[in-house]
Amino acid sequence: MTEPLLEVNHLKKYFPIQGGIMQRTVGHVRAVDDITFTLNKGEALGLVGESGCGKSTTGRTILRLLEKTEGTVKFKGTDLHELSRKELRAMRPKMQLVFQDPYSSLNPRINVGTAIGEALVDHGLVSKHEIRDRVKEILSICGLAPYHIDRYPHEFSGGQRQRIGIARALIMNPEFIVADEPVSALDVSIQAQIINLLSDLQEQKNLTYLFISHDLSVVEHLCNRIGVMYLGSMVEMAPREELFARPLHPYTKALLSAIPVPDPTRKSERIVLQGDIPSPANPPSGCKFHTRCPFAKEICKQQVPKYEEMASNHFVACHFAGEF
Amino acid sequence: MAQAVDTTSTNAEMPKTKPASPWTLAFRQLRRNKIAMSGLIVIIMMFLICFVGPFLSPYSLETMSGPSNKGPSASHWLGTDKLGRDILLRVMLAGRISLLVGLVAMMVSVAIGSTLGALAGYYRGWVDTIIMRFADIMLSIPALPLLIILGAVLSDIQVPPDQRIYLVMFLLGFMSWPGLARLVRGQILTLREQEFMQAAEVLGLRDKRKIFRHLIPNTIPIIIVVATLSVAGAILMESVLSYLGIGVVPPTPSWGNMISAANNLIDFKKRPWLWIPPGVCIFMTVIAINVIGDGLRDALDPKMKK
Ligand SMILES: Nc1ncnc2c1ncn2[C@@H]1O[C@H](COP(=O)(O)OP(=O)(O)OP(=O)(O)O)[C@@H](O)[C@H]1O
Ligand code: SF4
Ligand SMILES: [Mg+2]
Repeated sequence: MTEPLLEVNHLKKYFPIQGGIMQRTVGHVRAVDDITFTLNKGEALGLVGESGCGKSTTGRTILRLLEKTEGTVKFKGTDLHELSRKELRAMRPKMQLVFQDPYSSLNPRINVGTAIGEALVDHGLVSKHEIRDRVKEILSICGLAPYHIDRYPHEFSGGQRQRIGIARALIMNPEFIVADEPVSALDVSIQAQIINLLSDLQEQKNLTYLFISHDLSVVEHLCNRIGVMYLGSMVEMAPREELFARPLHPYTKALLSAIPVPDPTRKSERIVLQGDIPSPANPPSGCKFHTRCPFAKEICKQQVPKYEEMASNHFVACHFAGEF
Repeated sequence: MAQAVDTTSTNAEMPKTKPASPWTLAFRQLRRNKIAMSGLIVIIMMFLICFVGPFLSPYSLETMSGPSNKGPSASHWLGTDKLGRDILLRVMLAGRISLLVGLVAMMVSVAIGSTLGALAGYYRGWVDTIIMRFADIMLSIPALPLLIILGAVLSDIQVPPDQRIYLVMFLLGFMSWPGLARLVRGQILTLREQEFMQAAEVLGLRDKRKIFRHLIPNTIPIIIVVATLSVAGAILMESVLSYLGIGVVPPTPSWGNMISAANNLIDFKKRPWLWIPPGVCIFMTVIAINVIGDGLRDALDPKMKK
């Protein structure tokens, strides 16, 4: 078997909580709490979960925009968190990030041509003379017009700005792209266009995606594998068809039941979760989901369920996986 | 293909309008501000008079051009001083020096203040601590007494007058950077948390580029406002120092030392043409620059409005 493009092993990211007059650390937000998975070249992994469950933090810690607390992130065999700043900078072009907010992710004082082209020049990969042509080329690939090159971000709509953000990532010729809810700030009609663009690009360039979303139906179209997160932990991960057909974790079932089904013959019993999401600063003991799980038993409060491969490539963390 | 599905973004027939940068918009607003525009006109006039005027004057500074201490007349519009030099010509040449001192002092202060402020805000930690402690110390020392001491030192080591003006420029500029550094640092601290800075990091841009291309340009509105006001501050401070005889010293003329030359009761009472023209020049220049600064503040950064 070939080496996976990305190997994430027991990754943890805790944010310290400061309190008291001395500003001492009084606790930790366990935003990412022991996550393990691998990603092969050309795959698109969807990461779903409710708001605040640590999806963005996972993406950013993988790219080392945040320093890890524990664990390893290997990209093509290199542990990113062991690299010096200089070595990391040299690796940057290969891994890119597409942001959720198309407004705050573009610098208002930098025009489109510079925003997209500056990094290639700064890395010395393309000369100043050639860069305008490269930018124009990438603009049209991303569905924008070449004459947009001299404009400023405020002259564009949200969807167009998102295309600029994608072009900025794409021009680096990356192998791996983390897309952090790239469509959730956009109108529904624009969402489909951006997803189509991302999916076309994946085909053409054999890109590998980590696609973050709080919405399963968005991930469904683009991703061949889906991971479900709850309170900083991965509760289930499986190939798309498998996950939709045979969800093993109660939380996944609840998420799936919330998707409106157009087919009236398919039975859809909506599982409504009770209670609020617990705080990631003080997660429940045992299975973190037990406070809201309709099937919780005594053992769930005491023992942390193991994250295990139940079927081929189907991982789940539940004491009673698939038993109901 | 992507282009086919998208009708909102790709429209090749869209007319080519001129890109309107944030600057263009701000400039339009400034043009509507009547007070600021009158200030701008006054300053432009002042520059024209001071830099072009002397070429049109029939007199020269070196030679006595008429009888001494005479009031305004047809041949000497603003009269002559005690050495018989034409006051109008002296005011214009002094204006060159004073305006230049203001501009250079401002540039020194902006270069130091924005760079140090940006470094402190970007790197934080010990870089921030060292820079800002130094700025705090400078801010806590009252400027005038310090400048008086330094001016006295300059007189003591007998710096030639023509080199002395450069030292005065840099001294004034060096005294006024901490205020700007604080403002820039504050803005950089919030800017560096913006998502576009994470984008810059993920693209692997160099620190130099992140600081000077991404962060500082976003603080330019505040820098422009502070810089404009600091030109007025420097001109005023230079006048005070020169009046006290420790700024620009004769024979180099400056508005401050021209007033200082009329520093006795007889000149003050009987020969107002000696001190009124430079006084009016200082007053008009400082007021004009301040109203331009206020106008710029309104145009560039509406949030700063009181
Ligand atoms: N810089 C930070 N400092 C402290 N806590 C943080 C920080 N960033 C995130 N957190 C916390 O970590 C947890 C996970 O946040 P994260 O942004 O990763 O969630 P998310 O799944 O991306 O949510 P959303 O769908 O709202 O984007 C949250 O509880 C959040 O409050
Ligand atoms: S381990 Fe228990 S509480 Fe957790 S999901 Fe499974 S059944 Fe529910
Ligand atoms: Mg998020």
